[in-house]
Amino acid sequence: MAAQPDFGKELERLEAIVRQLETPDLDLDQALKLFEEGVERLRAARDRLNTAQSKVKQVLSDHAGTLKVDDLDA
Amino acid sequence: MDRPVDVSAMLDSAAPDGAWSVSAVNRRARAAIEQVLEPMWVEGEMTGLKEFGGNWYFSLRDSLSQLKCVMFRDDIRRLPAAPTEGMKVYAFGRATVYEKRGEFQLNVTRMMSTESGGLFRIAFEKAKAALAKDGILDRRRKPVPRYPRWIAVVTSVEGAVLRDIMSVTAQRWPVAQIAVIHTRVQGDGAVDDVVRALQLVQKLTKVDVAIVARGGGSKEDLQVFNEERVARAVAQVPVPVISAVGHETDVTLCDLVADVRAPTPSAAAEMATPDRDEVLSDLEHLGARLAGGLAHRVDRMDERLGRTADRLVSAVHRRMEVASYRLSVASGRLDALSPLGTLARGFAVPRDAGGRVLRRTGDFHTGDPFDLRVVDGTVKARVEGN
Repeated sequence: MAAQPDFGKELERLEAIVRQLETPDLDLDQALKLFEEGVERLRAARDRLNTAQSKVKQVLSDHAGTLKVDDLDA
Repeated sequence: MDRPVDVSAMLDSAAPDGAWSVSAVNRRARAAIEQVLEPMWVEGEMTGLKEFGGNWYFSLRDSLSQLKCVMFRDDIRRLPAAPTEGMKVYAFGRATVYEKRGEFQLNVTRMMSTESGGLFRIAFEKAKAALAKDGILDRRRKPVPRYPRWIAVVTSVEGAVLRDIMSVTAQRWPVAQIAVIHTRVQGDGAVDDVVRALQLVQKLTKVDVAIVARGGGSKEDLQVFNEERVARAVAQVPVPVISAVGHETDVTLCDLVADVRAPTPSAAAEMATPDRDEVLSDLEHLGARLAGGLAHRVDRMDERLGRTADRLVSAVHRRMEVASYRLSVASGRLDALSPLGTLARGFAVPRDAGGRVLRRTGDFHTGDPFDLRVVDGTVKARVEGN
């Protein structure tokens, strides 16, 4: 099973960036860095959502209890 | 056994020297009864149930008569539960004579309560009580994660249930992968199968949420999901379990033990996934706030920021259009942060000729001109003294 992006964590990070950007005392350098990070993360998240394709695997277990993962065509 | 009653033999035995043996009488009686009485359904009230050697011995009665009955172990095994004393039942069997004792009896092979779901209800209540005793029914329910990556689905790979779950997931949240664990959902061996499948889910460490699903069916078909062992296996799955078994009106033990109950397999898939369009719109909203947050700072930024600034500002302005609309509607948060809001409250921003904001007394030099930005425009000012 390949590692999947954790959207919950992604969105939490984005929320945190936005909240920081909305803090009045933030200096401009930091604001710019946060903004760029935010824009990059947003773009990546949006791309992932727009291109994702759900995959279906069948999990099988042999007599010894060893797991096997097959593609399921359905 | 099916030979006709031998009338001439009966006439012979009219005198003592033609007497029959006891076993011959019983054998003939049995043959006669089995010939005349076809296997049948009998309705009666259950009484005096005793178990012996795995078999049941009891009587059925009505207001006038009693009928001795026996039910054998292999047939008993197919019943969800034992009937209780006084319960009204339908019993199917063949009337016969137990030759050894000369007893007339009904050999029962099938039985059901006359009330709908009677025996199933008994089995259900019994298993439910056992689960309640162990605290499994009121265990703490795990919340379903909002953005699942792997969804385990315990169901049969045949039939519409899996297809429904797959299509809802693909539509709503294609980011998720589905791990299907096939199991038989009814018939012999299905209980072991479902338990094994649920144990397998425990080994899938990447799974975020599990769905146990089965289409609608008769009470007997759904019985697997009323088994205590299945309910216990559900409770042991470490991730949240969504149960969608049978129709909405059928509540199984599996439903009662699961973290969430869904009325249908499709609904289970909906509960397991966020809607991609909603998440995209959340992202858009975040983008607007991001832009708004920065715009607040880069407003009239000096050229030291050069091309980076130009690029950003144009990006920011594009986003600002979205932001100003969305945010004013959605939260009003930007309004509170906007410098215009602050200016409207009577504050003013002093800037020098280069546009730099004068923040501290040290930024002001006697005689210097500066611009004072107020809510509806700018006024020219000069430092009188510092």
